[in-house]
Amino acid sequence: MPPTRTIPMTSAQPHICAKALDKAYRKGEHRVPVLRGVDISLYRGEFLSIVGSSGSGKSTLMHLLGLLDEPDNGEVWLDGTRIDKLPATTRDELRNNVFGFVFQFYHLLPELNLLENVLSPLMIRYSFLQYWRNRKELREKGLEIIEKVGLSHRLKHRPSELSGGEMQRAAIARALVGQPSVLLADEPTGNLDSRTGQEIMTLLHKLNTDDHLTIIMVTHDDAIANQAQRIVRLSEGRIQALGEAA
Amino acid sequence: MYKFLLSTRYLKTRFIALASVISVTLGVATMIVVNSVMSGFSSQMRERIHATLGDVMVEATSMDGTDNPEQLLSDVEALAGQYIEAVTPTVEIYGMMSFRWMGQDIYRLVTLVGIVPETKNQVSPLAKYLMSRQQIKENDVVVREPLRSEDSPLDWSLTKEGLEDRASWIRAKQFEDFNRQLNTPSVTQTTPPSQNLGAASEFSLEVGGTPKIANPDAPDLADPFASAAPAISHDPEAPQAARIYVGSGLISFPFKERETGIAKTQYMAKPGQDVILTTIKAGQPEPAPFKATIVDVFKSGMSEYDSNLVFCNLEELQYVRGMLSGPDPTRPHDNLDWKKGAITTLQIKLKDYRDAAEVVRRLSQGLDYKYQVRTWEQKQGPLLEAVAVESAILNVLLFLIITVAGFGILAIFYMIVVEKTRDIGILKALGASSRGIMVVFLSYGLSLGIAGSGVGVILGLLFVYYINQIEALLSWFTGRKVFDETIYYFHEIPTVVHPSMVIWVALGAMLIAVLASVLPARRAAALHPVRALRYE
Repeated sequence: MPPTRTIPMTSAQPHICAKALDKAYRKGEHRVPVLRGVDISLYRGEFLSIVGSSGSGKSTLMHLLGLLDEPDNGEVWLDGTRIDKLPATTRDELRNNVFGFVFQFYHLLPELNLLENVLSPLMIRYSFLQYWRNRKELREKGLEIIEKVGLSHRLKHRPSELSGGEMQRAAIARALVGQPSVLLADEPTGNLDSRTGQEIMTLLHKLNTDDHLTIIMVTHDDAIANQAQRIVRLSEGRIQALGEAA
Repeated sequence: MYKFLLSTRYLKTRFIALASVISVTLGVATMIVVNSVMSGFSSQMRERIHATLGDVMVEATSMDGTDNPEQLLSDVEALAGQYIEAVTPTVEIYGMMSFRWMGQDIYRLVTLVGIVPETKNQVSPLAKYLMSRQQIKENDVVVREPLRSEDSPLDWSLTKEGLEDRASWIRAKQFEDFNRQLNTPSVTQTTPPSQNLGAASEFSLEVGGTPKIANPDAPDLADPFASAAPAISHDPEAPQAARIYVGSGLISFPFKERETGIAKTQYMAKPGQDVILTTIKAGQPEPAPFKATIVDVFKSGMSEYDSNLVFCNLEELQYVRGMLSGPDPTRPHDNLDWKKGAITTLQIKLKDYRDAAEVVRRLSQGLDYKYQVRTWEQKQGPLLEAVAVESAILNVLLFLIITVAGFGILAIFYMIVVEKTRDIGILKALGASSRGIMVVFLSYGLSLGIAGSGVGVILGLLFVYYINQIEALLSWFTGRKVFDETIYYFHEIPTVVHPSMVIWVALGAMLIAVLASVLPARRAAALHPVRALRYE
């Protein structure tokens, strides 16, 4: 598949960008720096992969971009607004509305069945009454997305009754149900065999091209990373190389 | 929405948490049962205490009482007439009762209460505690139906059975006295047996009121008070002028049949029989013995009363104590009017007991210092207080048990939070707020509390409802009577369920469950999403 640039270069403002992000973790007495001044910026509809070996800080970068964590220094901007220093409730809302997360270990809630898992961001977004009033509509939405990831036959199954690929597709459906503008995927294929992993990648590509979803994918697998449009290579907390995907 | 969904889902899937709630359930059930039984007992006890006392008591501080009951009555009427439904006068005095049983004399210390039956029964429901009006059961078998209906007017007449018993008792008495005389020749020398036969209805103890005239040896002796002495020749078959209701505990004792082990009650005296009562004269420290006929047996179930009280007709007691004399000295027992004599206590029934404090205030301010005015609760203060304190302590202890259960919940909740760390991280990544996470666990705690106390309430109420069947089952199982009627006087275990008590207990248990989940819920809320997600 030849790479086709779909980035609207005319757009003056990046969709999401990070400026000089610093992050360190404390391990007992020692301060372990993870990110040392990382700059990154993405336009709407881009598919970026962040590659690096274990401990290079790629997951931390993704967490900072997705507001799961706060940087020690540096800024995160979304559509021209700084978002990293916002109050907790606003950041919770942003996570719910703007970002969709996909994790390596799927992270579905074991007590809920597939449909409920997929609908959970909407349950979080709306209050009990709002949800109850719109339950049919929201359910339709959930069903539609499950259809899109091809799991319509598994609606009432618990995560433990699904295969790895199915779980990851369910997790993607959950990330998409709230109609986010950025999908953050942390090693989405890391726990799958190559064939299932490829299925997931195909799905992500489809979302990227069809729905113009901005995707940031973290991986250590170059073969997977190369399927993105743009690659950022991290090493010891610094950006080592920026490159177009092959 | 997710809070609700998750907390109900956790409730359904975590059986270990349900196990921790069983202790709450049991605590709640125990509290309900214990409280119901205790309030059942205490309400029965109050009712029984109340049966012998009026709502408000005006007591003379002197044992000799007041000479002017009419003045007292009109004063009371003037001071608090609008609150009062009925008033009855009484004389209360210590005394000793003796009677013969199985060839030996039995002595009992008693409190004599002189009453006017008609008004007494208006003030407190004495009539229903008389055994002639009760069905008598022994080990769940009806031994005797009531001899009179419960609402027939209270008076001093003997029942038909009482009269028959009296006749046979007198014959037995005569036979016994006759035998005794035959066996003790020294007595036969001083008094001819014929005379003793004639005086057979007399007791071995010579009695103050009527004894001298029974001696025909000195009828012509110039007694200056001969005309004043009562001139009636006493018909031995007729009951004495003094009639009494005697407390059942005074004339009976419980025992167990050796072969069967069944608890029974042995009565030593019956209605129709005469007893000798000795009390104290008013005004001077002299004994005042008199004979009285038992007309009924009083059984309230308050052992303090049943083994102490003897109710006597007021006028006779006044007469014996020298507080009253009839208009005709030759017929001292006729036309006695208690209003002319002295009384020690007025028992008052109020229209509404809630006015008691006001009535006590008015009366104690308006009446002479010679009177003490108290409600029946104040009079029985120590006993009622003891019961209240006992039930309060029990409640505290039982509530501590539920609190202990709360710590169980706390521990298990902590465990669940640790187990759910990653899920909490996921929820936060999906945009759930810290408050939302806290609400999930708090409402989980609350729903555990609701489930636990709900089941506890149902169990407790079922237990209370079937308590007598359960008692029977336990008795059958252990072969021992768990709830011994002869000890407690209750045929069945009395229970009173106060809805407010049930609600408080249930709310308390829920509160404890919620409080126990606060700490784990706070911990869950404070979890950092990244660390929570990394948690393996």
